[in-house]
Amino acid sequence: MSQTQSGFTKQTARNMFYGGSVFFALLFAVIVFDTEQRIPERSNAQAITPAVVAGKKIWETRNCIGCHTLLGEGAYFAPELGNVYKRRGGDFIKGWMKAMPTGAPHRRQMPQFDLNEQQLNDLVEFLKWTGEINTEKWPPNIEG
Amino acid sequence: MTIATLKYQSQSVSRNYFIAAMVLFAGQVIFGITLGLQYVIGDLFFPYIPFNVARMVHTNLLIVWLLFGFMGAAYYMVPEESETELFSPLLAKVLFWVFLAAGALTIVGYLTLPYAKLAELTGNDLLQTMGREFLEQPLPTKIGIVIVALAFLFNITMTVLKGRKTAITVVLLMGLWGLALFFLFSFVNPHNLVRDKMYWWFVVHLWVEGVWELILGALLAYVLVKTTGVDREVIDKWLYVIIAFALMTGILGTGHHFFFIGLPGYWQWIGSIFSAMEPIPFFMMTVFAFNMVQRRRREHPNQAAVLWAVGTSVMGFLGAGLWGFIHTLSPVNYYTHGSQITAAHGHLAFYGAYVLVVITLISYAMPTLRGRIANSQKAQAAEMWSFWVMTIGMSVMVLALTGAGILQVWLQRMPTEGAMSFMATQDQLAFFYWTRVAGGVIFLLGQFLYFASFFIGGEPVRADTVKTSASGGVLGVRPAQRA
Repeated sequence: MSQTQSGFTKQTARNMFYGGSVFFALLFAVIVFDTEQRIPERSNAQAITPAVVAGKKIWETRNCIGCHTLLGEGAYFAPELGNVYKRRGGDFIKGWMKAMPTGAPHRRQMPQFDLNEQQLNDLVEFLKWTGEINTEKWPPNIEG
Repeated sequence: MTIATLKYQSQSVSRNYFIAAMVLFAGQVIFGITLGLQYVIGDLFFPYIPFNVARMVHTNLLIVWLLFGFMGAAYYMVPEESETELFSPLLAKVLFWVFLAAGALTIVGYLTLPYAKLAELTGNDLLQTMGREFLEQPLPTKIGIVIVALAFLFNITMTVLKGRKTAITVVLLMGLWGLALFFLFSFVNPHNLVRDKMYWWFVVHLWVEGVWELILGALLAYVLVKTTGVDREVIDKWLYVIIAFALMTGILGTGHHFFFIGLPGYWQWIGSIFSAMEPIPFFMMTVFAFNMVQRRRREHPNQAAVLWAVGTSVMGFLGAGLWGFIHTLSPVNYYTHGSQITAAHGHLAFYGAYVLVVITLISYAMPTLRGRIANSQKAQAAEMWSFWVMTIGMSVMVLALTGAGILQVWLQRMPTEGAMSFMATQDQLAFFYWTRVAGGVIFLLGQFLYFASFFIGGEPVRADTVKTSASGGVLGVRPAQRA
């Protein structure tokens, strides 16, 4: 097929690759630069307190993403937590964490992370802040 | 020991890489089946191997074995393409053991220590990089990956520089350098979750829907050059067109991950439009593979490798192209984001594009590393069966997950009032999840068959004994199968 199109040579194809890639990479960089400027407002960045930062670290070092999703990203084994603060509230989250694992036979189990009160509060602060991010109205309903 | 079937003896360093890749692949599938079972028997292996640990092992093994596969492929292809011995075979041998040890230690760490303890012991406080999906590796492992990658790239680049430069090696090198470069974003973890997520995709998306496609294209083109004997000019041109479309759609296609994670709404337009075009390069790859096989100048004795190559192009299109397209438009993704639809796409895309292309290369290279152009008819027949069994197993899994995803969206996402909760929905999906486990077991059987094919002896097919196909076209893959 392409052999018969004598005008379209390997060099043309190569130039299209280099030119196209560089063009779109630069365009991407420009848009990302613009996005960077808007992140503070969209994420309510002034509300990122030391507790939120500490909570994010708890989130990461307990590998929560290995079961849960956060803003729809992660594993699909356990509920979405981006809006869990709105769905359940802070006290419920803390009580839940303390009660794990349920030990109910054949049900999915969440490990006990032995977090202290301070760590639980930080985690709740992180999830509360996460719930305020402008996610273009995602998820569609409170169930996440 | 000289291997007569190798043009350059230093190509033989790739052998260990391929073997390690396959062993880790087996581990990945075992953990995958464990995860599938945990979906339906929630407390299986709890608390010894919780779901999150098994998943981390499953996905990290995939990444590591594909990297072994890519590195082995480069060590095999580059000397032959460059018409010169590898710059330093010794460095390649040393790096193999370093990478294997680092990978094994990391997996052992995941399985034996609580993750928070592992983070503490490995200096996560110095630079917090852990606990993000696919980038769970401790800091020393991440640094190790960078060192191994740089030393590997140095070796490969020096080899290319001292020898012939072909389109295939140039594209391969760009892909591999890009892989290393974008991995550096794994060290970027801002406190702001939105920013964290955006740069996280610079690793994940710009790998699998960006630079890895260059590697994929180069590997596929190489095997097609070797097995079909079609003129390089033709294959090179196809390669450039395919990767041009891959990057022209894939770079801005990153936007399809930016819909609902806190980034500006304009990404819904950019992401939808460009990612909707991402199937184009995969479709072209399918046309390319069929076309080259149809115009082949000779019957290569290794028809199994041809089947894997054609299989890559078709399954890559279905998994990365079609299954990606079904949920990539933002109004659709609004409902499917983070559902089992995503899982279905992820599985088929990785299998179709990257698992199969690495096996394609291994299938082509491994016989020559063992002193023959091709395996016996019997071994090739087993190999071809393994392709079909694995592909059917994967298809069962993906269709089951797609069904689960559709039902999940219907019950949990679509209702504006009285939507079902996540866990209540999960209970409704049990049938699909059991079917998925069955697909996983079929896949495992296919994998056993593939490994078994390495141990089936018999008289190797030689260039002068290969049967020419009467039917022509891609149907020509049949002669070896009939035997």
